[in-house]
Amino acid sequence: MSQAIPVAQLKSVTMSIYRYDPTLDEKPYMQDIVIEVPTDKDIMVLDALHLAKDQEPSLSYRRSCREGVCGSDGMNINGKNGLACVTPLSEAVKRNKLTLRPMPGLPVVRDLIVDMKQFYDQLEKVKPYLITKSDNPETERTQSPEEREELDGLYECILCGCCSTSCPSFWWNPDKFLGPAALLQSWRFIADSRDEATEERLDALEDSFSLYRCHGIMNCVSVCPKGLNPTEAISNIRNKLITREK
Amino acid sequence: MLVNEVINAKDLPVMEFDGIIVGGGGAGMRASLQLAESGLNTAVISKVFPTRSHTVSAQGGITCAIQSDDPDDDWRWHMFDTVKGSDYIGDQEAIEYMCSEGPKAVFELEHMGLPFSRTEEGRIYQRPFGGQSKDYGKGGQATRTCAAADRTGHSLLHTLYQANLKAGTNFLNEWFAVDMVLNTDGAVVGVIAFKIETGEIYYIKSKATVLATGGAGRIYASTTNALINSGDGIGMALRAGMPVQDIEMWQFHPTGIHGAGTLVTEGCRGEGGYLLNKDGERFMERYAPNAKDLASRDVVARSMALEILEGRGCGPNADHIFLRLDHLGPEVVHKRLPGITELSKTFAGVDPAVQPIPVVPTCHYMMGGIPTNINGQVITVQDGQDKVVDGLYAAGEVACVSVHGGNRLGGNSLLDLVVFGRAAGIYIEESMKQGVELKKASHEDIEKALERLNKLNASSEGEQVSALKERMQQNMQNNFGVFRTKDLMEKGIEDLSQVRDEVENMHLKDKSATFNTARIEALEMQNLFEVAEATAVTANSRKESRGAHSRDDYPDRDDENWLKHSIYFSENKEVSKRDVNYRPKTVQAFQPMVRSY
Repeated sequence: MSQAIPVAQLKSVTMSIYRYDPTLDEKPYMQDIVIEVPTDKDIMVLDALHLAKDQEPSLSYRRSCREGVCGSDGMNINGKNGLACVTPLSEAVKRNKLTLRPMPGLPVVRDLIVDMKQFYDQLEKVKPYLITKSDNPETERTQSPEEREELDGLYECILCGCCSTSCPSFWWNPDKFLGPAALLQSWRFIADSRDEATEERLDALEDSFSLYRCHGIMNCVSVCPKGLNPTEAISNIRNKLITREK
Repeated sequence: MLVNEVINAKDLPVMEFDGIIVGGGGAGMRASLQLAESGLNTAVISKVFPTRSHTVSAQGGITCAIQSDDPDDDWRWHMFDTVKGSDYIGDQEAIEYMCSEGPKAVFELEHMGLPFSRTEEGRIYQRPFGGQSKDYGKGGQATRTCAAADRTGHSLLHTLYQANLKAGTNFLNEWFAVDMVLNTDGAVVGVIAFKIETGEIYYIKSKATVLATGGAGRIYASTTNALINSGDGIGMALRAGMPVQDIEMWQFHPTGIHGAGTLVTEGCRGEGGYLLNKDGERFMERYAPNAKDLASRDVVARSMALEILEGRGCGPNADHIFLRLDHLGPEVVHKRLPGITELSKTFAGVDPAVQPIPVVPTCHYMMGGIPTNINGQVITVQDGQDKVVDGLYAAGEVACVSVHGGNRLGGNSLLDLVVFGRAAGIYIEESMKQGVELKKASHEDIEKALERLNKLNASSEGEQVSALKERMQQNMQNNFGVFRTKDLMEKGIEDLSQVRDEVENMHLKDKSATFNTARIEALEMQNLFEVAEATAVTANSRKESRGAHSRDDYPDRDDENWLKHSIYFSENKEVSKRDVNYRPKTVQAFQPMVRSY
């Protein structure tokens, strides 16, 4: 269906974008790219990046679903981590300027793309999968709606990395402190009535770094684009560790 | 060796696996799980980290007769609905297999940990979806779609990733597969792929190659599909001389958010939502008196498009339809549909518990694809005869097995991808047990798969990707949408043929080997173009209206001439016909009837 597209008024926005290609650049630099955006409707930061890339095709960033569910385009938007695809330009732009940097604390591969290896390695350490020991029934394992409700606020994690890369404890010890995303996943399985490995999961967290490096700064909570609460998950694990009988 | 060098087959490093899966979405990871659990050396090659694959965006659920909501539900009723939904060109043996094996595949997902919503009895929650019936269409609306709130795809994809981690699958994440390597016998012996981060390039050899690259909705300007849905597997297959089937059949989902294209699940209407035109009329009562808003998607999308064309659209430009949910109450909206609440607020600025969502039919799903049998083996057609391609499999949206025919029912895509990802895995596992040799390819064979890369590297002038993509997307949107007419299709085909040369000779300005997204987008554009041209030529060839394919010069279904699959090869751009399978194994075939809802 074709439809008449009204000619929109445009205004300029200056994007200041972190650029670095290790094979070409000696060191990172900030590049200003001026884009023209419509005045009569809001666009997302990701749309603004597309406009910048039309001018500068070498500009690199990850993206996939463009609707906030795949977790590809986590980045630092005017100083705060978030998903470019669900952050409206009107909220992000300050004094007509938009500064984009890669998520902090992880090595930069190129431009806005970070090396997520440490993040994924920590996730794998919590065995992020259901562990059962009893035989599977013919049909489903039953779970009451109340038991299932325990997983709300946990299973929705999209592994974007916004939380862990805004966490000072993760910056200091990215190899030893598991970080908010991995710990949220740990709790997601401990909290699952079907999981049969709670004790092993808790044992694996009982050292001074894995969990206890969380100091309740709560940056994770304030940046999570899905509105999840890793700090609460961490405190739930703590309580479980403290109260369990050995 | 790096992707930005002059690449030659002689110096190309090699990796070897028993099985490789190209694509880390639901179908790919279900296949890889089967292989990894059977101890085979398995690798998933995915251009994104697997949980970024487009399966993640599926919302409403996975349709399957698991007898939770209705203990008397029957997979045969599901089969009947699916055959009818396909407008009778779905293969009945494949539909029978999907519907009857489905419960096993769904319960396996639950055992892996998929956090399904639950009933009071603790069973998997099911909701009504479009095109569902009890008792072969005679017993009213069925309730058959298994759901994890409205985040079923997310839950399914993450669960499969988790299960693969547990099983020890090798993941080549953020690797891009360029083309398949075929030897002179026509057997597929692996792929050329490179690591996006560093540009290191390899010939990845395997005994079995599974294409699970998903859809290609990005051929259209407005689509629910992720930006990564570029039909890579279709491009690879067509370039390798294999056909695609029923590729003219594109589903337009009734409810994409107006302006943004993001999906709003059919589950909204399943939970009791309905569509309104500008007069506040529930117009679906006129078009589908029985099923109303839960008629199948092609029917609802066409009705909406007609309402808009006839001036009854909503908004200042009368260019959309309202989806009303507020009467369900905030409890249902927020509990059953939390994801679409979030999406509506973000992309339409409305809270669906209070205001209606502005929606419009939006390109959503590719019913056609690479023809396969129910074991996932890719089929080519030689002298009118089906022939299995040695070493190659396909599953999920890239494949056309065909369970969706001319129109897919909601909730059947997730079932398709787990059932046939699993089936391909099972078949490969069995054949490996009987012994499959790693086949050889010559340097010449490998060089062919390197052509595209070397050409891009050598480019010093030509068009930019973004301009070509926009031209193609507008063309497809305007000329191959919900309603199709001969003149516009011919115009569209002409424009595509003018663009082809430019697409094959694009200019890649950025030659860096490090995470070069410009190179990826150029390679993807060439794949998209293959899909677009196949769609255009085939659409113009199918001289009838069936399922999602609706044209004004041939407004009726023509069973005499077109109760057939279309088959398209890119080499000569010719369209031929292939028989639809009407030979289910355990039930009588369902014969074509007038399709009304």
